[in-house]
Amino acid sequence: MIRVQAEDFDIGAELSRMTAGRSDIGGLASFVGLVREVTEEGALKAMTLEHYPGMTEKRLGEIEAEALSRWPLSASLIIHRYGRLLPGERIVLVATAASHRQAALESCQFLIDWLKTKAPFWKLEETAAGGQWVAARDTDDHAAERWRKS
Amino acid sequence: MKLLYFAWLRGKLGKPGEDLTPPAYVTNVGELLDWLETVSPAHKAALADRRAVRVAVNQDYAAADHPVRPGDEIALFPPVTGG
Repeated sequence: MIRVQAEDFDIGAELSRMTAGRSDIGGLASFVGLVREVTEEGALKAMTLEHYPGMTEKRLGEIEAEALSRWPLSASLIIHRYGRLLPGERIVLVATAASHRQAALESCQFLIDWLKTKAPFWKLEETAAGGQWVAARDTDDHAAERWRKS
Repeated sequence: MKLLYFAWLRGKLGKPGEDLTPPAYVTNVGELLDWLETVSPAHKAALADRRAVRVAVNQDYAAADHPVRPGDEIALFPPVTGG
């Protein structure tokens, strides 16, 4: 399931909902991305996430479908927020459930790695120096690249 | 043709998008960017570093040789930084 929203989410409630009423799930993996206060430009005041309504949901759906084709998952969830967020606030939740831990853990990492390089979101950091768009990182490209099928 | 601009491209162009009608010889993404550079000094400045500009046609990533047609939704944006 894909959700792109301005509102915060409740991690416990979301994870509980994924497994509610099910007895086939043996492992549930999750990743939560948060706004960090420390940046290269100094202390962060806020971070604004911009997205491309329509394409963002479409790409996230494709990324989720790719995970479902690679691993035997019982359930998957991506929640990504947009708008102005303060340090410490949650940005993204990725969760995957499977019969066994390996599929859940691997697919969770795959989803966040691919999401960072393929889903249309952009971060604007606000510091005392003003606003600065975050540049894409080579390390994120490398993280995504290792999931490429050879 | 509906153009959409995101992140610093929107900032440099001073608007979130615009409706433009390129000349008939513009048939793909590369030709569209070449023509867009001639629209105004702001467009030229925004497109100065082509490697920093990604393009989507009708919400799918598109390379320079991807065709563009009247009525398409073309988005220009920097490399993505979500998550």
